[in-house]
Amino acid sequence: MDIKIITTPLDDEVIKGLRAGDKVFLTGFIYTARDAAHKRFIDAIERNEPLPIDLNGQIIYYCGPSPAPPGKVIGACGPTTSSRMDAYSPRLLSLGLKGMIGKGKRSQAVREAITKYNAVYFGATGGAGALLSKSVVSSEVIAYEDLGPEAIVKLGVDKMPLFVINDIYGNDLYEMGTAQYKT
Amino acid sequence: MREIHTDEIISVIERLFIDANINLSDEMLARFTRAIDEEKSPVGKEVLRELINNAEIAKKEQIPICQDTGLAVTFLEIGQDIHITGSNLEDAVAEGVRRGYRNGYLRKSCCDPFTRKNTGDNTPPIIHTKIVPGEHIRIVVLPKGGGSENYGEVRMLVPSQGREGVKSFVLEMVKKGGPNPCPPIIVGVGIGGNFEMSAILSKEALMVPMGQRNNDPAMAEFELELLEEINKTGIGPQGYGGTVTALDVHIKTMPCHIASLPVAVNIQCHAHRKKEAIL
Repeated sequence: MDIKIITTPLDDEVIKGLRAGDKVFLTGFIYTARDAAHKRFIDAIERNEPLPIDLNGQIIYYCGPSPAPPGKVIGACGPTTSSRMDAYSPRLLSLGLKGMIGKGKRSQAVREAITKYNAVYFGATGGAGALLSKSVVSSEVIAYEDLGPEAIVKLGVDKMPLFVINDIYGNDLYEMGTAQYKT
Repeated sequence: MREIHTDEIISVIERLFIDANINLSDEMLARFTRAIDEEKSPVGKEVLRELINNAEIAKKEQIPICQDTGLAVTFLEIGQDIHITGSNLEDAVAEGVRRGYRNGYLRKSCCDPFTRKNTGDNTPPIIHTKIVPGEHIRIVVLPKGGGSENYGEVRMLVPSQGREGVKSFVLEMVKKGGPNPCPPIIVGVGIGGNFEMSAILSKEALMVPMGQRNNDPAMAEFELELLEEINKTGIGPQGYGGTVTALDVHIKTMPCHIASLPVAVNIQCHAHRKKEAIL
C-alpha cells in the first residue's frame, strides 16, 4: 500500500502517478454535491447556463454532512453511495472535472470516462464521518442553499484520508481486492 | 399498578438516539480490534484502524460516528402491568426523536417516498411494540442508515429449497451489496413466520450481541457456516478486498406455514449503533 500526498487542483501528472489501492492524503479545496445538485448541474448544462463552480481540475465529494454543532466547522461528513451519481458523472468529467470522492462501485460508463478524460475516483471510508470531519478546516455553502444537506459546499481539507479506487489505467480496487482475497 | 409518564419516555428516547449516534459501544470497538488481527489485507487492516480512530474522535468531539444518523428505529417491550400516563405513546416516541435529532445535531434523513420532501425532524420513527410480562418498559434504539438498509430483502422460498436455499439467498445479498452497505457488515437473517414476520425477525437478529449464538445448536452452527462463507467472498472492509466482510451473522427463526419458507436478510453497516434503557 503506497501512501501519496496530493493537493488540488489536480493536474494530469499527479493523476498519472495514482494507482488503485494507493492511500492518499488530500489537501486543498473540494466541493460537495449529491443527487439533487448533480441533476441541477446537468439541467444547467443543457440550457447552456454557467455552472456555479468551474469544474476544471476540481474534485466533487458525494457527501451530505450532519449539521455542524456550535463551534465546529462541520458535523460528521462521510461519503454517500456514488452509483446514484453515475448517470451524471461522464458529462461532468468531459467538462474538466478531475476527481470524485465517494463509496461503492462505479458504472462501466464512468470507468471509461475516467480513463478517457484522465480522472480519478477516490474512496473515503463510509461510516467514518467523524474521522473525515477532522480533516475539514473550512466549510462554505456556495450554491443551491435551498437544497439543505444537498447544497454545494466548498470544503477546505487538510490531509483528508482516501484510497484510490479507479485509476486512469482501468484498474478497480474493488475488483482487484476481492479477486485477491476470495477463497 | 406502576405508572410511567410519557414525559419520561420522551427524554429517554431523546438521550438514547443522541448517545447511540455519537458513542459507539465498547462491544463494537472490541470487535473491530479483533477484526484487525483476523484481517489479512493491509488495506483492510488500515480501514479497520480508521474505524476505531473514527469512533474515538466521535466520542471526544461529541459528533456522530456517521453523517447518516438513520431512520429512528425503536423497539418497545412494554410490561403488561404498566399504566402509561400523559400523551399518546407513539407521539411521545416521535417527540423524543424530534428532540434528539434537533438537540444532538443529527441529520434528518426522512422524506416523502415520491416528492422526496424531507419531513424536517426525522419523524415518523419506526416503532415495534411488544407486550411482555412485568412492570417495566425496555426501550432499544437502532438508528439505521440507508446504505445498508437498501441491501435487505424478503423472499418467499419454496420449502424444498431448505437450508441450501437460505444460504444461497444470504450470499447473493451480501455479494449484491458488495462495498455499498459499508462492510464489515452484520447480517440479520429472519427465517419462518410469514412475509412481514420474517423481516421483523431479521431486524431483531441484528440486536443480538456480537458473538452470541442461537440457542438451537443447528442454527448456531448455521450462523457460523454463513459467516465463514461470507468471509470467503473476498469483499473485505469497505469492499477493498479482504477476509473480514462480516463481523457476525445472527439468525432468528419461528414456525411458518406448511406451504412456505419465508426468509428475510437485513444488513447492518459497521456503524452498528444500538442503545437501550429500562424504565
